[in-house]
Amino acid sequence: MPIRESDDVVRVRQAVRVQAVAAGLGLVDQTKIVTAASELARNTLDYGLGGTVRIETFTGNPRRGVRLTFEDNGPGIPDLERALTDGYTTGGGLGLGLSGARRLCNEFEIESVVGQGTRITIARWK
Amino acid sequence: MEDGFAALSKIVSERESEIVAHWRQLLVTASGGTGRIKDAEVEKQCRDFLSAFAAGLGAGATVATDPAFDSARELLGGVSQSRANQGFTPTETATFVFSLKEPLFEQVRASYPDDTARVASLGWDMTQILDQLGLYTMEVYQRSREDVVRRQQDEIAELSTPVVKLWEGILALPLIGTLDSARTQVVMENLLQAIVDQSADLAIIDITGVPTVDTLVAQHLLKTIAAARLMGADCIVSGIRPQIAQTMVHLGVELDVVSKATLADALALAFQRTGRTVVRKAVAKG
Repeated sequence: MPIRESDDVVRVRQAVRVQAVAAGLGLVDQTKIVTAASELARNTLDYGLGGTVRIETFTGNPRRGVRLTFEDNGPGIPDLERALTDGYTTGGGLGLGLSGARRLCNEFEIESVVGQGTRITIARWK
Repeated sequence: MEDGFAALSKIVSERESEIVAHWRQLLVTASGGTGRIKDAEVEKQCRDFLSAFAAGLGAGATVATDPAFDSARELLGGVSQSRANQGFTPTETATFVFSLKEPLFEQVRASYPDDTARVASLGWDMTQILDQLGLYTMEVYQRSREDVVRRQQDEIAELSTPVVKLWEGILALPLIGTLDSARTQVVMENLLQAIVDQSADLAIIDITGVPTVDTLVAQHLLKTIAAARLMGADCIVSGIRPQIAQTMVHLGVELDVVSKATLADALALAFQRTGRTVVRKAVAKG
């Protein structure tokens, strides 16, 4: 799915919720992955200058859940350590989106090359 | 070429009534007789457009954007706009212009019964100009639909952010749906205005209807609460569901404000703070 404008963030949330329900996640896990998706989608839009998200469900043994991959070709993150620190922001937010999203997921991977873009993969399973 | 368009203009004005009759019939058939537009109105639209079209052609216009077609385009714009608002489909709207081709072509053929080359060249001119006008109709249609959507968005934003007076000096703000920046602005304005109007000391912000509370929503809430505080009103947040509470804790968001699970609890707290008690009276049985 593309993330180009703020309405897309809402669409991503709705799509993730549908997939989370399909994967059989409970209400709390659904809420967590949807919230994390909301944070990362908005980051992709605001800092990555737009990008895409891929939503997949996996039902393999022994886990069932949802995996999301956010990609953008924006400026990239120069200092990942710092970006993942609570309360650090360059954009006037609370500075909790990225670090909070990491805490909301079972799996969190981030790759970023300055000048080329950022890819974040998260997953939540039960 | 010029002479072709002049000839078209002549045919249109001389045989107007035949064209209108045929055209109208086609339009009625195309709309499946749903009767959403009155017959008389369709006829008037047909007549007005034809005369403006003939006038434009007569004035030497050869493309739809020519100033000589201004009045024809304006008429089409009006037709398109009203149809968009009445919920016509794009096909139904475009049909208005495109269905003029058949009656017009028929009259061209009748005017030059023995000159096929002439009929073909006039037919081509006519098709080109009507296609351009048809595209213009679609553009206006699209714009009108976008206007409708925008208006509905505004209405939704207005509707979904009422400020309710619960008691003397106690307001409730039941939030429903997505809290994007534009809506938060409306929420904040409504709440602050209501605080002034009702000279309220307490505002209960109920988020039962907010599906996702992420850091942006939390930040908007905190700003609203801070603004209310500056105006001398305290806020209580209610309606935080268990899954939202867990998520907020993991996110690391702290709402520096009193919160209650339900609106009822929040109201009870508000009564307590303003020195009121609720007493159950014995109800006479029978």
